[in-house]
Amino acid sequence: MDSSNRTSGVATTQGQITDSLSRLPWWLLILVLGAVFLIFRFINDETYREIFNFLRSGIIVTIRVTVIAYVFAITFGLLAGLGRVSSNPIIYNIATLYVQIMRGLPILVTLLYVSFVIIPLVITQINTLGVYLAGIGLLGEENILAMLGNRRAGLEVNFEIRAIIALAISYGAFSAEIFRAGIESIGRGQMEAARSLGMNYFEAMRHIILPQAVRRVLPPLGNDFIAMLKESSLVSALGVQDITQLGRLYSASSFEYLKTYNMVAFLYLSMTILLSMGVKTMETRLRTND
Amino acid sequence: MIESPKNSMVVIQNVDKHFGTVKAVNNVSVTIEAGEVVVIIGPSGSGKSTLLRCINFLEVPTSGDIWIDGIHLSKKTKNINAVRREVGMVFQQFNLFPHLTALENITIAQRVVRKRSKSEAAEIARQQLKRVGIPEKENVYPGQLSGGQQQRVAIARALAMNPKIMLFDEPTSALDPEMIKEVLDVMLDLAKEGMTMIVVTHEMGFARNAADRIIFMDEGRVIEDTTPNELYDNPQHDRTKLFLSKILQ
Repeated sequence: MDSSNRTSGVATTQGQITDSLSRLPWWLLILVLGAVFLIFRFINDETYREIFNFLRSGIIVTIRVTVIAYVFAITFGLLAGLGRVSSNPIIYNIATLYVQIMRGLPILVTLLYVSFVIIPLVITQINTLGVYLAGIGLLGEENILAMLGNRRAGLEVNFEIRAIIALAISYGAFSAEIFRAGIESIGRGQMEAARSLGMNYFEAMRHIILPQAVRRVLPPLGNDFIAMLKESSLVSALGVQDITQLGRLYSASSFEYLKTYNMVAFLYLSMTILLSMGVKTMETRLRTND
Repeated sequence: MIESPKNSMVVIQNVDKHFGTVKAVNNVSVTIEAGEVVVIIGPSGSGKSTLLRCINFLEVPTSGDIWIDGIHLSKKTKNINAVRREVGMVFQQFNLFPHLTALENITIAQRVVRKRSKSEAAEIARQQLKRVGIPEKENVYPGQLSGGQQQRVAIARALAMNPKIMLFDEPTSALDPEMIKEVLDVMLDLAKEGMTMIVVTHEMGFARNAADRIIFMDEGRVIEDTTPNELYDNPQHDRTKLFLSKILQ
């Protein structure tokens, strides 16, 4: 009895050591070692430096597309999320229709559909309106509405803008569900207390519900940003010169597939891993504040 | 607008509230005068909380009419917020706003609804915190307050709107026993100051000390509506006797 207790005691200590060893972030160590190795290669290898210089403008495009599309996506998401919790059946159904369609479509298909179907359609409609307004003398012959989409007039909607619009519409649906869940996670009593003090629905939302909901949805919204950064590589399908597209161009002309895609992967990973660490920090900080 | 049949603070006339097939409130008519303290008792599920929530339209009655200080409430009433700001409500679960300090909890509705300035709202809030006995807690968040303190902040929050009527929905039911008294004391003071109060509670001591009337409800109906002494000493219905024998041991 006595000896078995002692052995189990030793086993526990050993178990604790292996346990704490297995909990160390080994993945991070491997990742950092890999990054150090790659950076070392980049510095000493002429080709890598050439590739990096070629991709540099793509980094800016990737970040620009991601950030702008994300800001719009959050705006659409907040509006649609409020619609999803609305008791007004018309608003609820419009918001739900939007969310269901966008979540059911592959993002690549949304990108192609918006860029080649919706936006040309909208431009044609605006042109028609512009010509009509010119016809009845409200606007000049070459007004901005009639000229929109005209390459010679420099008013065409370039593919980066189309890509941003498509990404924003698509991701708006995902963040709408995040906002909906956040709002619904705030207890009914909060709305009742606010209403019983005489606030109307919008005042209660603005001052009581949303400030609490936003704190809860910040981490998932951060994860959405990371996802958006990754999905922004799809804009290469429209020929927008982001990191991915420039990588494809470079590798196709130089046949340096290994090195080019090493660099492409490295660039994405270094951004996403840093961001996900940031989200993690934010998460723990918000939790301790609760 | 339909004129109030009586010149009273609260007139409830033939009010029904159904949830599906359940008749939570079944054809209730009650009149409450200004300055009266009315305690509603009854077994759980008797519709007393639902009736209380109908008075400020947190539950919209299925049918019937309610007048608050002469203003008619019905399903079609648009300006419900104008009525709600005259009716303070205290909840069983306090429902303080966790992202705001005690002071901000009391100032937010004053500023948004009553359009008071920041300093004016803060001054009123401090007066109310003093009145409920916790002036030192103004910068504390609800999560760091005890249940009794939270409920007192909730009372202060409602009072800061200068309501004509205060509704209490089982204000001490979620409290530890040693905190019940501090909340009841605040409510007793309020009753002495002449506030019109409608209180759903199981605290018989409070009912005996403060109530002008006790309403006993069961299965959505008002069974008895009388003075506390009359109810305790001379209950008219068997249902009331049974209930009283259980809660008074």
